[in-house]
Amino acid sequence: MGSIKTIPVAGILLALLTSLALLGLDVDPIVTATVLLVWIGSLLIAAGRPPEVPQRKVEQSLSIDSMRGLIESASTPLLVTERNKIAIANRAARRMMGQHMIGQDARVAFRQPEAIALLGADRTGKAIVRGLVRRQDIWQINRQRVDQNIAVIELINRTAEADISRAHTDFVANASHELRTPLASILGYVETLSESGDSLDSPTSKKFLGTIEREAQRLQSLIGDLMSLSRVEAEKHDLPQQIVELRALVERAARDAAGPQRVEQLEFDIAADPNVRGDRQQLEQVVRNLVDNALKYGASDGTVTVGLDLTQDGQARIVVHDEGEGIAPEQIPHLTRRFYRTDPGRSRASGGTGLGLAIVKHIVERHRGRLDIDSHLGKGTRVAVRMPTADPIPAATTAPTTTDQATRTEATSRDNASIAS
Amino acid sequence: MADHTVKAFDEDITRLRGLIAEMGGLAEVAIQDSLEAMIRGDEELGNRVVASDRRIDALESEVDKLAVRIIALRAPMADDLREVIAALKIAGVVERIGDYSKNIAKRVGMIEGRDRFEPLTLLPAMGELAGEMVHDVLTAYAARDPSLAREVISTDAKVDAFYNSIFRNLVSHMVENPATISSAAQLLFIARNLERIGDHATNVAEMVHFAATGSYPPEGDR
Repeated sequence: MGSIKTIPVAGILLALLTSLALLGLDVDPIVTATVLLVWIGSLLIAAGRPPEVPQRKVEQSLSIDSMRGLIESASTPLLVTERNKIAIANRAARRMMGQHMIGQDARVAFRQPEAIALLGADRTGKAIVRGLVRRQDIWQINRQRVDQNIAVIELINRTAEADISRAHTDFVANASHELRTPLASILGYVETLSESGDSLDSPTSKKFLGTIEREAQRLQSLIGDLMSLSRVEAEKHDLPQQIVELRALVERAARDAAGPQRVEQLEFDIAADPNVRGDRQQLEQVVRNLVDNALKYGASDGTVTVGLDLTQDGQARIVVHDEGEGIAPEQIPHLTRRFYRTDPGRSRASGGTGLGLAIVKHIVERHRGRLDIDSHLGKGTRVAVRMPTADPIPAATTAPTTTDQATRTEATSRDNASIAS
Repeated sequence: MADHTVKAFDEDITRLRGLIAEMGGLAEVAIQDSLEAMIRGDEELGNRVVASDRRIDALESEVDKLAVRIIALRAPMADDLREVIAALKIAGVVERIGDYSKNIAKRVGMIEGRDRFEPLTLLPAMGELAGEMVHDVLTAYAARDPSLAREVISTDAKVDAFYNSIFRNLVSHMVENPATISSAAQLLFIARNLERIGDHATNVAEMVHFAATGSYPPEGDR
């Protein structure tokens, strides 16, 4: 804005003319001079003030620039788009999608068809999309139009909710599938037997009966597993009070699990004799399931080592180690999920229910213990269960003998703490 | 990428990238839906995948036109030229990925007795992996991130390993159950398609790397 314009030329001229007229009317020149001075002075003071800005302009500059400050520190990811180009992304949005999104077409950020349909719409709306950042994520996108070109987009993470409901439906679907499969073959064979009656020779009918028996047993063990799983889950929060001698329990349960045919494959490596507070039956089940898994999925004639020792911080540790083909690292996080199988065909063929490790995990959690699975492809799998002992044994006197993973983080102060407790 | 003096050029490039992203999103959904249709035996969903492929084709020709127009009118140089060339090539590859998904979706009705068909459980994990590659490569494209692109290239070996194991598995299944050969053969084709999707994702990753850095990724990564 030029300074010429701020000098009120017309006003000054008017003041001069007026004072000339006053002089002509014979007014005292001093009074006239004073009037002139006050008049011009006040005109100049008024002109020095900044001019009033038109109202519309203020609103415009408010919208984009102050929006940036407004949304910057919101914890939900927020974006402002201008003609479907991303103009502003707040901190949460930048962290989620990366700095590079700013200035790009909004379609680059949301490439899901539902989201693109939303961007094209000229009304406000929302959409649920999958895989906005990682592939399994579920996000809700809310789009609010501000004016012709500008829209605000809000992103809400719905993954956790969807996970819970999916886990539930998965469980129901899996459980019914698992129950139905053995039933179907039992029904099939029974039907064949009853229809063909005497025409079947006895080896064939014996074979059929054998299959029926096997499937019925599978059904029985599945139902047994489902029940123990729900029992363990129900008691998840109360710590068992029985004092259990682990050494005898581990040896007995491991032999049980192996049975007479496979017992030669077992090798014991017992280095301690700790007592723990626990539920005898449940702990037996842990050992049984782990040993059974190791024998089933380990090398067919390889040995399975069952170890019992104390970690450096004085926890009892049961280790079951096989020499099988191992488990791929990406499978390990899923192993304790119900009905999760790394190799469905083989697991079913060997009579697995898909619940073994899920039960182990729940029992271990109930005993305030930890379950560690460590596997190398081609070398074998090592499953370790750690839990606090019932009688404080000084850690120094019982040095662990096997390769020790627990050495990585345990500090001496924690040793003392666990001994004192 | 720095702004250009000619604003319209920036707009064109932004639009080009937007179109590629839209194609990619459609292809991603197509992979996912076609596998889901196959597992559930949902022919209607399969038909929808087939229909959505037309949209991908339309977008591809739009990308072609826009890219040619940019080259003709703006004569881009250096990284701008790489960007346009890469977009042109990526559009072609993403269109192929869409075709493979369509092909999977078309086979939905050809699998019989799916309630008792054990081999069906083999494919989802492979499809998941292939879909993840496509997802990651599109993210790498959006971010112009060469290191993520290299990561995608190294994932391809896993998809290939999956393919080999599924192939062996299906062949032995066919030997044992000759009655299911026609269904199992369909699954072989589906596995093959997924393997091809993985290869194409690798191609896109190479192009992303090229557009971002000006060189193709070192041979060792492939």
